[in-house]
Amino acid sequence: MLGLGRFGHFALGCLAALLAAGGPAHAQAAKAVPPFVFTGIPDQDESRLVERFGKVAAYLEAKLGVPVRYIPVKSYPAAVTAFTNGQVQLAWFGGFTGVQARKAVPGSQAIAQGAEDAAFKTYLIANAATGLKPGKDFPKDSAGKTFTFGARSSTSGRLMPEYFIRQAFPGQSPEQVFSRVGFSGDHSRTIQLVQSGAFAVGAVDYSVWDLDSKAGKVDPKAVSVIWESPTFPDYQWTVRGDVDRTYGAGFTERLRAALTGITDPAILEPFGRSKFIPVTNAAYEPLVEVGRSTGLLD
Amino acid sequence: MRLTLPRPGYAAVSRWFLAAALAGLLVADLHVTTLHPWADLARLLGGLIRPDILAVEGWSVVYTLAFAVLGVGLGAGAGLLLAIPFARARPVRLACAGLRAVHELFWALLLMQVFGLSAATGVLAIALPYAGICAKVYAEIIEEADLAAVRVLPAGTGAVSAFLYARLPEVAGRIRDYTLYRLECSLRSSLVLGFIGLPTMGFYLESAFRQGRYAEAGALLLVFYALIGTRRLWVRGWTVPVLLAGATLALPPAIGNAAIGASLVRFLGHDIVPAPLRGAALADPETWARLWSWLRPILTEQILPGTVQTLILAQIALAATALGALVLFPLTTRRFAGPLGRPLGRVLLVVVRSTPEYMLAYLCLQLLGPSMLPAIIALTLHNAGIIGYLMGRHADALPYRADAPTGLNLYAYETVPRLYGQFLAYLLYRWELILRESAIFGILGVTTLGFYVDAAISELRLDVAVVLIAATAVVTVAVDGLSRGLRRSLRIDALPTRLSGPAMHAAAPDPA
Repeated sequence: MLGLGRFGHFALGCLAALLAAGGPAHAQAAKAVPPFVFTGIPDQDESRLVERFGKVAAYLEAKLGVPVRYIPVKSYPAAVTAFTNGQVQLAWFGGFTGVQARKAVPGSQAIAQGAEDAAFKTYLIANAATGLKPGKDFPKDSAGKTFTFGARSSTSGRLMPEYFIRQAFPGQSPEQVFSRVGFSGDHSRTIQLVQSGAFAVGAVDYSVWDLDSKAGKVDPKAVSVIWESPTFPDYQWTVRGDVDRTYGAGFTERLRAALTGITDPAILEPFGRSKFIPVTNAAYEPLVEVGRSTGLLD
Repeated sequence: MRLTLPRPGYAAVSRWFLAAALAGLLVADLHVTTLHPWADLARLLGGLIRPDILAVEGWSVVYTLAFAVLGVGLGAGAGLLLAIPFARARPVRLACAGLRAVHELFWALLLMQVFGLSAATGVLAIALPYAGICAKVYAEIIEEADLAAVRVLPAGTGAVSAFLYARLPEVAGRIRDYTLYRLECSLRSSLVLGFIGLPTMGFYLESAFRQGRYAEAGALLLVFYALIGTRRLWVRGWTVPVLLAGATLALPPAIGNAAIGASLVRFLGHDIVPAPLRGAALADPETWARLWSWLRPILTEQILPGTVQTLILAQIALAATALGALVLFPLTTRRFAGPLGRPLGRVLLVVVRSTPEYMLAYLCLQLLGPSMLPAIIALTLHNAGIIGYLMGRHADALPYRADAPTGLNLYAYETVPRLYGQFLAYLLYRWELILRESAIFGILGVTTLGFYVDAAISELRLDVAVVLIAATAVVTVAVDGLSRGLRRSLRIDALPTRLSGPAMHAAAPDPA
């Protein structure tokens, strides 16, 4: 630990050298308004992410009059990290990653969510070979089978299902309830893993299930929904508190208006949302409680 | 592994390791959880046969190269400076051990917190561990150097002149060979950094594998093999400055600028400080009690099981590597494979060892599902490829009697027994490297130490992540020490262990 301070200086020195050599393009960009950069958690097939965020970037650039860039990341925590260290100013977070990010960056706020996100759902899906039948109550007969979550810090793929599992089996962790617990990384992958039989049961974001079903990627003979969870708040656009200083007073409100003003189905469809609506940090308080109770949040 | 016993022989040490691996197999999780591994494998091979070269993102190749060249440039430069005080200064040795005990991917995950997804993260993630490795190896090379020239210098020769005229010429060749080998390693490291989001070839490989675009994956892999296979053509004395300058100019432009100063302060002053110590009164014994109650579950629920799983994986992979190398090395020898088979065998092993283990493990996990089996396969293929290749060169250098037996008799009664000490030296040397890699595979879902690091980072508990990474480093350093002790006790510590070791026979200067 003691050496880290010195290492930090060394690293900074190296970085300065790299940036200095990094070419004039960088220096020129810094003079004008810095590009407004955003990211999103990689919750499903990358091709769909590229499509949806590419369209959002073009739309926001036209609406806001500043250059807008999308930077892809490979994991949920990488999206949060990019937000906390200031590399991105805006992010499309899941419910829980949004809570993490706003906790790490004081002053940042949730500005818009999908109309569907106010009452979001998790689907538990099962491979046909398990013989599990759909029901109204949590399928307790899934105990002892293999189970996959989505990403570790996914709301609909980890946090909420873990919470429901702990409620259904008081005093037991998912590792104790199921014979094997995995983290698929994203919802599309969860569907594939349960469909292929690699895992018997999985927890998946209902909107990704619908999108993938519509895209013909789901074989209804191999995998089906066995339980629909109670609702909870989920995805939202979160913006850093310092954007008004960089891009001018009122920027946050213009951004919120731009996002909630999207009517083009070509943009909304890849999100699986009908429209975006205004939201505040307070809407996500329930997730903070759930995060604490499952031990995922301090 | 009790070093106080009477000196063990080759056979005893081999038996210990085999027994440890068998014990590991009893408790290891080896399930194949996917239903159609062969169908996926067939599609992947199809992709290699019919690669879609046009799908390769050209800039990713450039960035892979740029990160690798600058990472090695900075790492080797710093390593050379550190090598000078290395033998005398214990703090330098400790710092270097710490630098190299932490895997590039762990460095990248930490650096990302401050520098974001940027060129600085990519280059430093390679340069930091490589500085530690290069310092140690350069120091060894300088130490092993022939001092004959130094001894005949006239009295009163200055230290600088003595170094430049009598020392440097002796070691320059071997330092160059080793640095070239490091460049090969850094190309692999650079590719793998893409798996966590840096814009190298690994970024696109991960997407292609994940979504089953095997023709694109095949093309990326072939381009990567070509890059490694041709490195002798484009790394020459005169191209080094060109490469360094070119790499600096070709670095990816920053997309959005991380607030480095503020992030660094937050990272060092808050994020990695154990939660109970943040803003707490250090004189208060209550604080230390809280620290202990914070640390204890990390020790018992993460470090302990993680270390056990890491060791199990490493021991099984080490034994499997040994068996694999013994089976593979005849493929690359004149006597066993013949003049036609030998080049093919060498190509096979070079391809196998050029494939980054992490990528191999990622791929096997996609095919077989999350258990220890894919990790064992990946580690075994990569390391058996390396040791098999080296053993093949030793086997070809052995002088045989004119009436030596042939076939299995020659293999079992002469070649293997004569090379066994060398074989153990290689294996024991790679033990530490296999362990380091075993820990990192946790990020992919095997429950080794990296699994818990990944969890801690997902929960934004960087203080926990840093404790876990430090624990990984301690285990790595301990295994390194054990390996050294064993090699000394077997009296094989003077045998070559590095892929770029001294030429084994004067007739063939090829330092591969």
